[in-house]
Amino acid sequence: MNQAHTATAHDLDMERTLQRDDSVKAGTCLVRTENLSKQYGSVTVLSNISIDINAGEIHAIIGENGAGKSTLMRLISGYINPSVGGLVVDGQPVTFTTPHQAQDAGIVLVHQEILLAEGLTVAENLFLGRELTRNGIVDDRAMRRIASEKLAELGCNISPNMLVRDVALADRQLVQIARALLDDYKLVIFDEPTAVLTGDEVERLLDIVLRLKARNMGVLYISHRLDEVQRLADKVTVLRDGKMIGTYPGRSLSQMDMAELMVGRELSALYPPKTEARARDAMLRVTSATVPGYVDDVSFTAHKGEILGFAGMIGAGRTELFEGIVGLRPGHATVELNGAPLNIRSQREAIDAGIGYLTEDRKAKGLLLQERLAPNLTLSALGRFNPGLYLRKRRESAALEDAVDQYDIRVRSLRLNAGQLSGGNQQKLLLAKILLTNPSVVIIDEPTRGIDIANKAQIYTFIRKLVGEGKACIVISSEMQELIGLCDRILVMRQGRINGEVFGEQMTESNIALLATAEADSGRASEGGRA
Amino acid sequence: MSVVSQPARLGRERDFSFNWADAGPFLALLALLVIGFLVNPDFLSPTNLSNVITRSAFIAIIAVGATFVISSGGLDLSVGSMAAFITGITIMFMNMMAPSMGTWSIPAGMGIALLAGIACGLVNGIIVTVGKIEPFIATLGTMGIFRALITYMSDGGTIPIDRSLREAYRPVYFGTVAGIPLPIIISLAVAAIASFVLYKTKYGRKCAAAGANEDVARYSGISIVRTRTIAYVIQGACVAIAAICYVPRLGAATPTTGVLWELQVITAVVIGGTALRGGKGHIWGTVAGAVILELIANLMVLSDFVSEYLVAAVQGVIIIIAMLIQRFSK
Repeated sequence: MNQAHTATAHDLDMERTLQRDDSVKAGTCLVRTENLSKQYGSVTVLSNISIDINAGEIHAIIGENGAGKSTLMRLISGYINPSVGGLVVDGQPVTFTTPHQAQDAGIVLVHQEILLAEGLTVAENLFLGRELTRNGIVDDRAMRRIASEKLAELGCNISPNMLVRDVALADRQLVQIARALLDDYKLVIFDEPTAVLTGDEVERLLDIVLRLKARNMGVLYISHRLDEVQRLADKVTVLRDGKMIGTYPGRSLSQMDMAELMVGRELSALYPPKTEARARDAMLRVTSATVPGYVDDVSFTAHKGEILGFAGMIGAGRTELFEGIVGLRPGHATVELNGAPLNIRSQREAIDAGIGYLTEDRKAKGLLLQERLAPNLTLSALGRFNPGLYLRKRRESAALEDAVDQYDIRVRSLRLNAGQLSGGNQQKLLLAKILLTNPSVVIIDEPTRGIDIANKAQIYTFIRKLVGEGKACIVISSEMQELIGLCDRILVMRQGRINGEVFGEQMTESNIALLATAEADSGRASEGGRA
Repeated sequence: MSVVSQPARLGRERDFSFNWADAGPFLALLALLVIGFLVNPDFLSPTNLSNVITRSAFIAIIAVGATFVISSGGLDLSVGSMAAFITGITIMFMNMMAPSMGTWSIPAGMGIALLAGIACGLVNGIIVTVGKIEPFIATLGTMGIFRALITYMSDGGTIPIDRSLREAYRPVYFGTVAGIPLPIIISLAVAAIASFVLYKTKYGRKCAAAGANEDVARYSGISIVRTRTIAYVIQGACVAIAAICYVPRLGAATPTTGVLWELQVITAVVIGGTALRGGKGHIWGTVAGAVILELIANLMVLSDFVSEYLVAAVQGVIIIIAMLIQRFSK
């Protein structure tokens, strides 16, 4: 991609756009939230958020998973309604009941997930639902022309005639942004825009965000990556467990400051102390694991008493690797447990052999949300409750009471459905469910996704306790802080292979990020291979 | 957040809670009986009721099997033609054996019927699970196959049971124990065994899990292939039991035996409270559903409000209403 050539042309474009768009002065308040709160039943997910979003400012919202960031965004962009409080747009109080009303008021959300129709072309997607017409007939030519212009503005030179299916993931995101920029919006909200991007693509996106700012638009930027926030943000608002901790000038916070504000305590206190590194016995040895399309020839060893982390970008093949190993996906691998070779063809065989896998998607793949707690707990270990002809429900209830005690699952009643528990308690139930099968190797995929800080700390303690009992634990996580804080050693995957290993003092975000995005030998990302 | 609930040990709670959704089919049944009595007092006469419930026995027995299939996330459209096919095989086998075995050919024929039912169910199950074909399409295919086979076997006419067996076989449909017709006792027994299997055994738990969320079941180490295939086998066995009871009623198998039973069976399951997309199955609700269908037909015959030619239309309306109730009672 020879950006050097086209850059000047774009800058000229931008100049023209800038001159066109000087109606709003920098610093004017575009949107103000007043005591914005959201409750679902008795659960408060967001309370009393009051922030100002100004023109020509990049306002970052940071917080842990479950802190309420996405709820706040969806409130501002009209996807959900506040329980208490409201929005003031251009000095007028407003209520949005649909995203369309928010868009009419100049507020647009660029979704984290790519929401495009894959079977349509880029231009058709850009104008989906608001096609240009001439004499009542769809005006394809005009739409293609405008699509090209808008994409070029973003520094993206894909053809508007391409099917979205054939467009690379990073470019699809630009299509989505272009779609958001088709109208004259005042406030653009980005939800984790860089989560699926690699080095160069991230740079391109940050550049776009800065251009929007230069156009005196307001930008609300939600990201996990604190380095980006530090580079971009004029203001940073920190959320924790649905509450607003404060709004700070962007330049005044170091990344460490931000992390500690998000967590609400010193980071070191969140994670249990690591046990001393010493020579450990190999427990799970995987050689040449291959999952067609995802994982290519991966070998590693997890040791007794060790928490082994797996880092990598979304799509690096971490989940697929382990789903392949435990028989949930077609693939092959040579697996040894405590020196004995295993032939695992199904999840059942993995469980029986002593390998437990806890899915990252607890709602869709982990728990039966419409079912009571006890049947959920015992589903992987029914044999233990079925000594003769039938299941002993009393034993199941006893197991549930034990699990509730042991893993501190907070429930009003033992007769709830799993779906009625909070995310943290669901996760603890899922952990209890896997541990009921008495595995010697526990693989946990995203152990704390979407749960609050108190539950996180507890889960970390449970994991540390498990390895203390002589198990091996493998933790897959997209949160680098979590891996660094929890694990004894981290393997970093990239494009279906293990790209490197870090341990001890080398476990830093920058080392991991480098291994996750750049080829190990050259140290330089080249994304030429994507098609 | 943390003050809302206490980690204190929770006492044992009573294992009973009234649930309108579970009670629905029985309340509907009760309401129907009251309406029936108001329309025509003869409706509640023991003779009429026992006739109606006896007639509903075939659908009830097959629908109990269908509760397993639907609970596990499948569907079986082939039950009606399967019933006809098994009836044909059974009668042909009994007739063939009658000269040598005498009345012993009847229990032997029943055994053949069960084997044939299990085999038919296994075929359906394997096409759906191993072949990974949509249950709707797979059983639509076997529905045609079974129907064609009975037509071929009967040469488009009827396969009557041998005269020498007729008297001996009669009681299976027309007989009573303590005044209760045998088909009612058989269907109650089938439902009792089925509810033990579905609610008290490992298999029942796996079945409901596979239907409620296939992924969760798979990630919990449950074999979807085995679980669903067994459900189809249970369905096949239930169809065979229904066929065994059906033979003495008409004494013959014809190409029109069991036509549209699959619709009545699915209706019974759905108005019984089992969700068509799978999950928890309601065996006794299904039985109530089968009785409701037959009661409505009977009521229409006994009353003069609606032509009895419209029975199928009324049943169609009922299945739609039942689905709407399931949809909106969430």
